[in-house]
Parts: sequence; structure tokens; C-alpha cells
Amino acid sequence: MKKILLATAATALIATGAYAEDIKIGIILGFTGPIESLTPAMAAGAELAIKEVNDSGALLNGSSVSPVRGDSTCIDSAAATAVAERQITADKVNAIVGGDCSGVTGAMLQNVARPNGMVMISPSATSPALSTAEDDGLFFRTAPSDARQGQVVAEILNERGFKSVAVTYTNNDYGKGLADAIQAAFEASGGTVTINTSHEDGKADYSAEVGALASAGGEVLVVAGYLDQGGKGIIQGALDSGAFDIFELPDGMVGDSLVANIGEGLNGSFGQHPGTDSPGAAVYSDMAKAAGFDGTGPFSPESYDAAALIMLAMQAAGSSASADFKGAIMGVANAPGEKIYPGELAKALKIIADGGDVDYVGASSVELIGSGESAGNYREIDVKDGAIVTNKFR
Amino acid sequence: MDFLNAIVAFSNFVLIPGVAFGSQLALGSLGITLIFGILRFSNFAHGDSMAFGAMVVILTTWWLQSMGVSIHPLPTALLALPAGIIASAAVMLGTDRLVYKFYRQQKAAPIILVMSSLGVMFIMNGIVRFIIGPNEQRFADGARFIVKAREFKTATGLSEGLSIKVSQGITVITAIVVVALLFWFLNRTRTGKSMRAFSDNEDLALLSGINPERVVMIVWVIVAILTTIAGTLYGLDKSFKPFTYFQLLLPMFAAAIVGGLGNPLGAIAGGFVIAFSEITVTYAFKKVATYVLPDSMAPDTLVQLLSTDYKIAVSFSILILVLLFRPTGIFRGQVV
Repeated sequence: MKKILLATAATALIATGAYAEDIKIGIILGFTGPIESLTPAMAAGAELAIKEVNDSGALLNGSSVSPVRGDSTCIDSAAATAVAERQITADKVNAIVGGDCSGVTGAMLQNVARPNGMVMISPSATSPALSTAEDDGLFFRTAPSDARQGQVVAEILNERGFKSVAVTYTNNDYGKGLADAIQAAFEASGGTVTINTSHEDGKADYSAEVGALASAGGEVLVVAGYLDQGGKGIIQGALDSGAFDIFELPDGMVGDSLVANIGEGLNGSFGQHPGTDSPGAAVYSDMAKAAGFDGTGPFSPESYDAAALIMLAMQAAGSSASADFKGAIMGVANAPGEKIYPGELAKALKIIADGGDVDYVGASSVELIGSGESAGNYREIDVKDGAIVTNKFR
Repeated sequence: MDFLNAIVAFSNFVLIPGVAFGSQLALGSLGITLIFGILRFSNFAHGDSMAFGAMVVILTTWWLQSMGVSIHPLPTALLALPAGIIASAAVMLGTDRLVYKFYRQQKAAPIILVMSSLGVMFIMNGIVRFIIGPNEQRFADGARFIVKAREFKTATGLSEGLSIKVSQGITVITAIVVVALLFWFLNRTRTGKSMRAFSDNEDLALLSGINPERVVMIVWVIVAILTTIAGTLYGLDKSFKPFTYFQLLLPMFAAAIVGGLGNPLGAIAGGFVIAFSEITVTYAFKKVATYVLPDSMAPDTLVQLLSTDYKIAVSFSILILVLLFRPTGIFRGQVV
């Protein structure tokens, strides 16, 4: 009798395991470090998608998904690798949303994701080098490569009539990749880059760096850095010494904390970060407001999309194992199929379960190209009267 | 006109930042040199003592600001300096009682004192981060500029701007006042003379009835004054982040050694030598050269000796060169 009971219990466990499971998704972002002011809204975005799917109960026969947060630190590859390793071995996550900064993302991909066959979708790693990195079909990003951002910067500068710029970048994979992309695109369109030099984060004083930039000259200073770090220091130093008045701010620099810290000196500057005017963005921003966070910040929509893509692909492959659903991601992200906007994940899961096809548009107009990276839509912003306002989308 | 532009550009990016940074380094290395001269060891905890003093000043400044106290256009932090000095002096005298006194009575070798100061450094470092956190803190208030770059341009009609920050002005003036007071104290007062006697020849000083513990106590109090002022000025002028004070240790030691360890005058000279070499070696002279030279000779390159990434390497190199060729330093201090 005892044995029969035990056997039934065991079978019951296995049976439920096969039908409804507890899926875990790791969210590895830099909750401390140079972009710590952006990551809370990013993680909240990913968790919003997870909550939506859980509420629908439609994923893989009523499986539930739980998020597992981890700190990538944005700059310390060893710490990020250790977190990813722990999530896979101890927390047993099924996929990872992350990492955030390009350097740690590359390290996590090569040292942890590939050896363990784990799907990783980064919402914010934008280094062009990641396009060609070996990834065994495991790595995707809902953020565009900076090669595209370089072209956008060149377009913006040309349209505003600037002919010569100085470029400074944070000394890592992200900064170097973006700065080179900007220089290449701007020079190809006939502009002049007077200097393209790096700065280190975490210093107290950037007057020497600003001195070199000022000596090289230029109408605009392009600061491919981080808003809570050296990027802020460079801008403050340039304004203090009167070296530059106008700054071009790429995605790592756009944020309310920069405007608050620098003050009126930043008025007249402009920049861009991945963003879209597709209906999805507005829907997402309302959903975020209802959930109590700001969904318009950089990379928050991309984070929602990254988590949503993972879960839709699981549904399409009928499995929560990375090896099974990694091939389904491109299919759910791109045409053909019914367009899916934020808030419609339940509908999408149902269509897929019924054998239909979806084209996930999401909050950031997801269109995966190449080896699985976003084609890239950008929101061009102006700093006016101490606030960031949208100029247009491109 | 071109020549004036060149001078203004040079002052804006080299001369003024150099003088301000040099004063901050000089105040820091004065403390190092005093401890080396009188207590006879290299105090590695110096940078973090600066962070500790500045931290107390910042906390007091925030309290004063919340009470509505202000000495506009000067920063409130100046009012908070005494609190920082008292707290620093208490901590330093406490550390001396707990750590250094024991080794001093054992007549331990200097290297043992140096290593124990390394331990003190890590503890101070931890305490500061524990209390105020590892992040950047803002505490500067009052006016920001004496001369604004844009206003200077419109007033003079030159194409180059000149900016002088209030914090830079305060730094230089305070440094001059502090150094003058220190020299008056060392050269004119009875206590100062007894300190110099103790530094020159310990046994002779003991024989002539100088109380060593009193000399040691006064040294720590003076060092507390110097570190708190230097730390606060650096934080006001640049930014306060506990880790950057640890990084200041190398240029400060370089300044003390270049000037001649144990020689206060040398510490000041060394501070300016290090500050100006760091800035001139990494400054791109293109703009200045374009103004001064005729058009045909105008440079295409940046005319920069070293990229700014290598700034820290400059103090290293000077340190090594001085130790190789003139170990006593410019002003003939003691040999390490």
C-alpha cells in the first residue's frame, strides 16, 4: 500500500512536471555601477512581461514564470560571469535577459551561456563586435548595434549643420565601438572628427581630458560615455572651462539624472537612444505607469521585449529548454504573422498554441536582423529648459 | 591678439588647473613629509585620512545647510572645517595610541610601522565607505565661478575663454595661508623648534628635555589639520568619492620624495612639480601652437606628448627618475 502510494505520488509529480512547470528567467543587469540609474526601470520592464504571461496562464499548459535578478555591475566581467554561472547552476534558470553593458555581455556569452547552452537576450548591449561574436545561435539582442547608431549620429549632426566634432568615449567595448562607428559614419558623410579619445570612468577630475579635447576643437563634443560616471565629469569639466557648449549624447548618456546634475549648461544639447513611435511604445509607457515605473527611459521597452520574446519562443517550441527554443526566437520576432503589441502576450500565446504565427512588434518595434539583433529605431531628443524632450523618431 | 589668445588658452587648461592641483598636492605631501621627518615612517593611511576628514566636513556641511546656515558666495564647507579637523585629530591620536605607540616604544624598524599604516589605511577606507558610501557626494554650494569663460570672452573680445572657479581661488589662498602658518610655527615657536630638534636628532632632543610624546601628539594634530583641509579642498574643487583619495596617495608620495622627504619646503615644491608635469605632459598643445606659430608652421597633429590615459604614469616616472639620480630629492631631504 505504502509503495503504491509512493509510486502514484511520484508519477503525479512527474506528470505535473511535464505539463505545468516552474520556469525561471534570469535578469542580469548592472544594478550597481555606471548605469545603475537606468537598470531598475529595465528590470521592471522584463518583470512586467513575466507578470503578464503568468496572469494569462497560457504559457506551456499553465506553467508559471519567476524572475531571478542578478547584478552584472556593467563593468566587472568576473562578477557578471559568476552571477550568470550561479543562476544557471544554482537557480536553474531557463534563459537569461541580459547582460546590459557590452563588455560583461560578451564575457557572459563566451564563458557561461555558450558552455551551458543557455539562451541570452540582451536588451542593451550595443557593441558592433557582438554582431560577429561566436554565439552558437544562443545570443540575441533587442537593442540595435552601434554601427547603426553611428549612422544616426552622423545624420543628426549633418541635419543640424555641424561640420566638425570632437569625440570622447568611455574606455571599454561599448564606448570604443560606438565612437569608431560615429567617426566612420560622420567622416563618410563629409564631416571632420578633430579627435577621438578615451576617458576612464571613476576619476575625480577630467580637466586634463577636457584640455586635450578643447585643444583639438570642434563645434560639438560627442560624449560616448555613461551618465552617472566619466561622461558626466567630462561635460561638467567642458562647461566649467568653457571648452564646449553643445554636447551630442548617445544612448548611455540620456537620462534625467544627467540633466538634474549638470543643470542649465546642458540646454541646447541633443542626442538619441533606441526608441520608437510605434503604437507599442505608447501602450508600453501607459502599462509601465500603471505598474509604477517610468517606461520611457532608455532600454526599458527593450527589456520588456527581451523577456516577452523568450516566453513566446518557449511557447512556439513547446519547451522551456534553451536548446529547444533558441531556434524559435527569430520566427516569433519577425513577419509573417499577426502583429503583437505590449499587453497582448496572452493573445500571442494563444495564437501560437493554436498553431498560428505571430510577428512580435512589442514596445520597441522588434525586427531581428543578421545574427539576431534589432534593426534599430532611435528617438532623437533635445535638452530644453532642463528637460529631455522628443524631437523625432528615426 | 593671437599671442594673447595663446596665453589665455594655456592659462585656462594648464596654468590654473595646475596651480590648484599643485596646492592640493602640496598640502597633502606636507603631512606625509612631517610624519616621515618626525615619526620616521611613510604613512600610507594619509590618503584615506584625507577622505575621513573630508567626510566629516561633508556631513557637517549637510547639517549646516539643513539649518539654513550659509556664507554665500563662499562654500558652507569652509565653516564645517573645524568639525572635520577635531574629528580627524581625535581619530589620529586614537590610532597613534592604539597602533603606532606600541611599535614606537619597541623601537620597531620603519618597515613595520609602514606596514601597520597600510592596515590603518584599509580600516579607514572601510570606515569612510561604511559611513558615507562609495559613491560621489555633492556638497559644494555658493558661487561657482570667479571668472566665467563666456563672460571673459565677451569682455575681452578674445576668442579663447578663461574660467577661474571659486574652489580654485579658495584652494590657492587657503594653501598659502596654511603653509605660511605652518612655517611660522616650525621656525618661530618654541614647540616648533622642539619638533625640528626632535626630527634632526632624536637622542640629543631627549637629552635636552624635550618630551617625545608631546611632540608626537602635536605632529598628529598638525597632520589632521593638513589632511582635513587638503581633503576638503580637493573634494570642493573636483568631487568627493572615497576611492579617489586612495588614488591620490601616489602623486602625494611622489611629491614628497621629489621635494626631499622630511623637508616641508620640498613637499611644496614637489607638489607643484608633480602637478605641472602631469598636466603639461598630457596637454595637447595644438591650439596654443596654432596661435603662436605662423600659419605655415601650424601643426596638424595634437602636439600631445602622452595620452591623458597615462597621466598617473607621469608621477611614477618622475618618482623613479628622482630615486635613481637624486634620491635625496630637490631640497636634500632624508634618503628613504
